[in-house]
Amino acid sequence: MSEATVQLPPPAAKAFDVRKVRADFPILAQWIRERPVAFLDSAASAQKPRAVLDAERECYEEYYANVHRGVHHLSVRSTQAMEAARETAREFLGAPRVEEVIFVRGTTEGVNLVAATWGRTHVGEGDEVLITELEHHSNIVPWQMLCEDKGAVLRVAPIDDRGVVDMSAFADLVTERTKIVAVAHISNSLGTLNPVREMADLAHAVGAVVFVDGAQAAPHTPLDVEALGCDFYTFSGHKAFGPSGVGILWGKTALLEAMPPYQTGGEMILTVRFDKTEFNVIPHKFEAGTPSIAGAIGLGAALRYLMDLDRAGWAAHEAELLAETTRRLEARNDIRIIGTAPQKSALVSFVMDGVHAHDVGTILDEEGVAVRTGHHCAQPVMEHFGVAASVRASFALYNDMSDVDALMRGLDKVTEVFG
Amino acid sequence: MSLSEELRQLYQEVILDHYKRPRNFGKLDPADRRAQGYNPLCGDQLEVTLRLDGDRVDEVCFEGAGCAISTASASLMTEAVKGKTQAEAEALFQDVQQLVTGAEPPTGEMGKLEVLAGVRDYPVRIKCAILAWHALRSALEEGDQVTTE
Repeated sequence: MSEATVQLPPPAAKAFDVRKVRADFPILAQWIRERPVAFLDSAASAQKPRAVLDAERECYEEYYANVHRGVHHLSVRSTQAMEAARETAREFLGAPRVEEVIFVRGTTEGVNLVAATWGRTHVGEGDEVLITELEHHSNIVPWQMLCEDKGAVLRVAPIDDRGVVDMSAFADLVTERTKIVAVAHISNSLGTLNPVREMADLAHAVGAVVFVDGAQAAPHTPLDVEALGCDFYTFSGHKAFGPSGVGILWGKTALLEAMPPYQTGGEMILTVRFDKTEFNVIPHKFEAGTPSIAGAIGLGAALRYLMDLDRAGWAAHEAELLAETTRRLEARNDIRIIGTAPQKSALVSFVMDGVHAHDVGTILDEEGVAVRTGHHCAQPVMEHFGVAASVRASFALYNDMSDVDALMRGLDKVTEVFG
Repeated sequence: MSLSEELRQLYQEVILDHYKRPRNFGKLDPADRRAQGYNPLCGDQLEVTLRLDGDRVDEVCFEGAGCAISTASASLMTEAVKGKTQAEAEALFQDVQQLVTGAEPPTGEMGKLEVLAGVRDYPVRIKCAILAWHALRSALEEGDQVTTE
């Protein structure tokens, strides 16, 4: 055979194939109440691919020890693996420097860390913190407490009836008094994708810094913090198919270096004397105590898994699930969808006429369909739409049309019970 | 379409009827006692108001928004405690709690309240069923807000 006839097909391994993806998630093989599980609650917490489970098990079985302190073999290997995970997170975020990547417990801790350190030293009496109406409680309360402590004012940019932030109102709220703008990249209750770049440009024009809650964005796409134009970005491992109890806070070097530490203790110090303690350099300054070592390593494996996917195919798959679910819900005459932003991630929040979300959830469970019901830790959003609770079906890369079918079958059953 | 036995037990006719047409729905004004019940898990919120005639519950109403289980339970509660003494209402509270948790059989006759037993198979829904009863108890103890968290 001559060389000219050897025509290899284009690499097909990377093309997004939901069947292959599903096979990577062992938990999805199980049945609940005699039905295959239709897991539509990934926005609350996502399932884990085998790559994550293997990474954690390998850590504990083969090289576990405390990090950054032992001279022995196992400690060196653990430290290398954890630092490799940090580098993977840097790559996932598109961040320029690995020292800017801090391991935290999750998004909640990321927000609290910045509010308690940067906020405490930069926000004073009469200053303003700007958030939006669609924020999760964890991106409201830490700022609210900071403002109360400092005599500062919490401003809230309103959303319209689609769940889209009113950008002209937002622009008006960004003033010389604004010190920090804290926004969700994607809303957990509505799915709205915020125009972070536009918000960041407005904030930077008045010298404010920009904090982004990426809890709902990280599970849907690799990120690019430089293109987003933010100063801080945080997300949780467990929503991004990694372990619970670990997450990432990224911040720009100059900001992080000027910030006081958050918690104090081991790891985050250089020298301790009874008259003076010298703090470690970033990122260690913000990582007091023994971290979630295997968790960080598992998170690295999750992010690597996501980066190895065919991004375009993955995005198209989720868009298709969202479109089909929306179409079929709209075709019913007893459903009101909450959150209809044109730029939206793959989740649908809805209420059903005459049936409380909790009852819908219980009956859907009968069909093996797992959804979140309630206020989704976003009570101001629920209030905006005049509902006490909604049903949220959230999709992830491993969902397919059989899950949509199961949701619709479940809703028919709700109608059967409530008539 | 087939419903499981557990689901049928949870959403019995009586429950659905009291959910769709709650009895004694509204607010007594003036009232001798009032208390709020709040379940942060699902956002269910209700208020129980009552008038006493000596030691007896003369009139009792509830108002609020909730799921079928919490609404029906509140509605059934208003029917069940009307005319009861405070001690009898307290005993009924204990019985309902035992009924819905399935911990021990209730000591008294439960009558129509027996339908609440369906929540036993749904641990997260027990709080829904007991919310109004906690509010009642709190009102009788001259409390204010109660939560089931």
